[in-house]
Amino acid sequence: MITLNEVGKSYGGDVEIGPVSFEIPTGGITALVGPNGAGKSTLLTMIGRLLGLDTGAIEVAGYDVASTSSKDLAKIVSILRQENHFTARLTVRQLVGFGRFPHSKGRLTTVDEEVISRSIDFLNLGDLEGRYLDQLSGGQRQRAYVAMVLAQDTGHVLLDEPLNNLDMRHSVQMMQHLRRAAEDLGRTIVVVIHDINFAAHYADHICAVKDGKVVEFGTPGQIMTDAVLTRVFETPVQVIQGPQGPLAVYY
Amino acid sequence: MPETMAPPHTAAAPARTTPRRSGALPTARSRRRYRFVLAALVVLAVGFGWGLLAWDNPMPPGTPGFWRIAELRGTSVVVMLVVAFCQAMATVSFQTVTNNRIITPSIMGFESLYVAVQTAAVFFLGAAGVTAVQGIPQFILQVLIMVGLSVALYGWLLSGRYGNLQVMLLIGIIIGGGLGSVSTFMQRLLSPSEFDILTARLFGSVSNADASYLPIAIPVCAAAGGLLWAHSRRLDVVALGRDTTVNLGLNHRAEVMRGLFLVSLLMAVSTALVGPMTFLGFLVATLAYQLADTHDHRLVFPVAVLIGFVVLAGSYFIMKNVFYAQGVVSIIIEVAGGSLFLYFILRKGRL
Repeated sequence: MITLNEVGKSYGGDVEIGPVSFEIPTGGITALVGPNGAGKSTLLTMIGRLLGLDTGAIEVAGYDVASTSSKDLAKIVSILRQENHFTARLTVRQLVGFGRFPHSKGRLTTVDEEVISRSIDFLNLGDLEGRYLDQLSGGQRQRAYVAMVLAQDTGHVLLDEPLNNLDMRHSVQMMQHLRRAAEDLGRTIVVVIHDINFAAHYADHICAVKDGKVVEFGTPGQIMTDAVLTRVFETPVQVIQGPQGPLAVYY
Repeated sequence: MPETMAPPHTAAAPARTTPRRSGALPTARSRRRYRFVLAALVVLAVGFGWGLLAWDNPMPPGTPGFWRIAELRGTSVVVMLVVAFCQAMATVSFQTVTNNRIITPSIMGFESLYVAVQTAAVFFLGAAGVTAVQGIPQFILQVLIMVGLSVALYGWLLSGRYGNLQVMLLIGIIIGGGLGSVSTFMQRLLSPSEFDILTARLFGSVSNADASYLPIAIPVCAAAGGLLWAHSRRLDVVALGRDTTVNLGLNHRAEVMRGLFLVSLLMAVSTALVGPMTFLGFLVATLAYQLADTHDHRLVFPVAVLIGFVVLAGSYFIMKNVFYAQGVVSIIIEVAGGSLFLYFILRKGRL
């Protein structure tokens, strides 16, 4: 469970986040949605302690992210940012191997190797594990990054726009992988997602963020209504019943 | 695991004959290549080292006279080892903690600082000042000034709200340029004879190095280099950038600050010993990554140090025995390093 208590962050002037208080339940996928600049990514990076908070406190699985040592947190929560560019030239397997660093400090054991292999296979990268990252397509590279945070073997996984720059097919595959990670591996996954329809179909909970505050939190059924979505996105949205659940139409 | 996790094409793949391992060198071919590169570099290093001691040695090898002459030349070989070690370890680590493969510590104003110290000594104290910047206390003072300045700069820049490396590097360039201008200004005002003495000191030269510095320089380098080596697995992680480093549980700022402190120590010793070597670090680090072809610092460091020694000893050997101009080894390194720098940037098309 992730608990935010009166969390705030100010950027000098009028841009600010919070105060935000809410809980992300254990298990399943929670999607953070909202308009651009609402503070979704900021909240996610604060939970993942990549960004400090000005006020309030965040707890992940009962550990305060500000006071718990980073070393221990790395075994509790993992976070993947949107932009990943490495100067080092790495193969897929070497990259995924870095996910074991919190456990092995760089000396990979047989157990680590097994976890790495499982993580690679989980994302269907078995045939590509010897390839260098710069030889992969965007979708494959994104899967490799996700394999790395899964190899970290943390109960909570935070992903900042994992569907960014992915086409339809790769977006669907990525969400199915995450779905299985939540169900089969029991991970609690928090994703920032732009496509509300993806969130509605794959997430268990949707958290709508607007102007630095959490304005709605609920199941997809509760969030997917004309009134809520129109208010959150400040654009007329109609929800219709599609063949596989509600669809937001906003074109 | 449930069956859904293994899609048909993966499940149907033939059983792997080799165990799946992660290692820094993923294939047998890359491991062979690395061993070959290391062996070739060791052979070259020993060859040039021996060449410097024995080439043109009038006494027959093995006689006491031969060893006496070799001993006299041995100092410059040791100096080259120290400089190669410093420059290689410092540049590779610096590029890791600053997360780039182009900028080297020279850009942080190190060499300009050295030039400014030397020029100021000659300017304010006259030709007599040259002797004033020699001797062990002055050597220590010079190292301390350089480390102090760089740590103050890093500490201030990385702790404040300008806590990013781009700003730090920009300020480094500006300070370097400013010190360079001040030095140039003072050099204009020098008398020709004083300028001549100064120029001789500013050319990176292993033959100028004072052997009495070595008892201090060697332990300092060994300690700084040893610490970098001990933290090489952490450096592997730091090379992935701040966000990934924090995610994997390391204190990024502490890692960077420690790295930069050790780098400034190594660079200060090297510069105080033989003067500016602008492109040596770049040459060494770039070639090391090309030849070692791995991200693992434990494998890159030895290759880089050996390349550094081969480049230094090789160019010294050539300058001494082909061009008879042993005082200006840095010229050949600048030419080779500068050309590689241009080639690298033009080929890659970006920094």
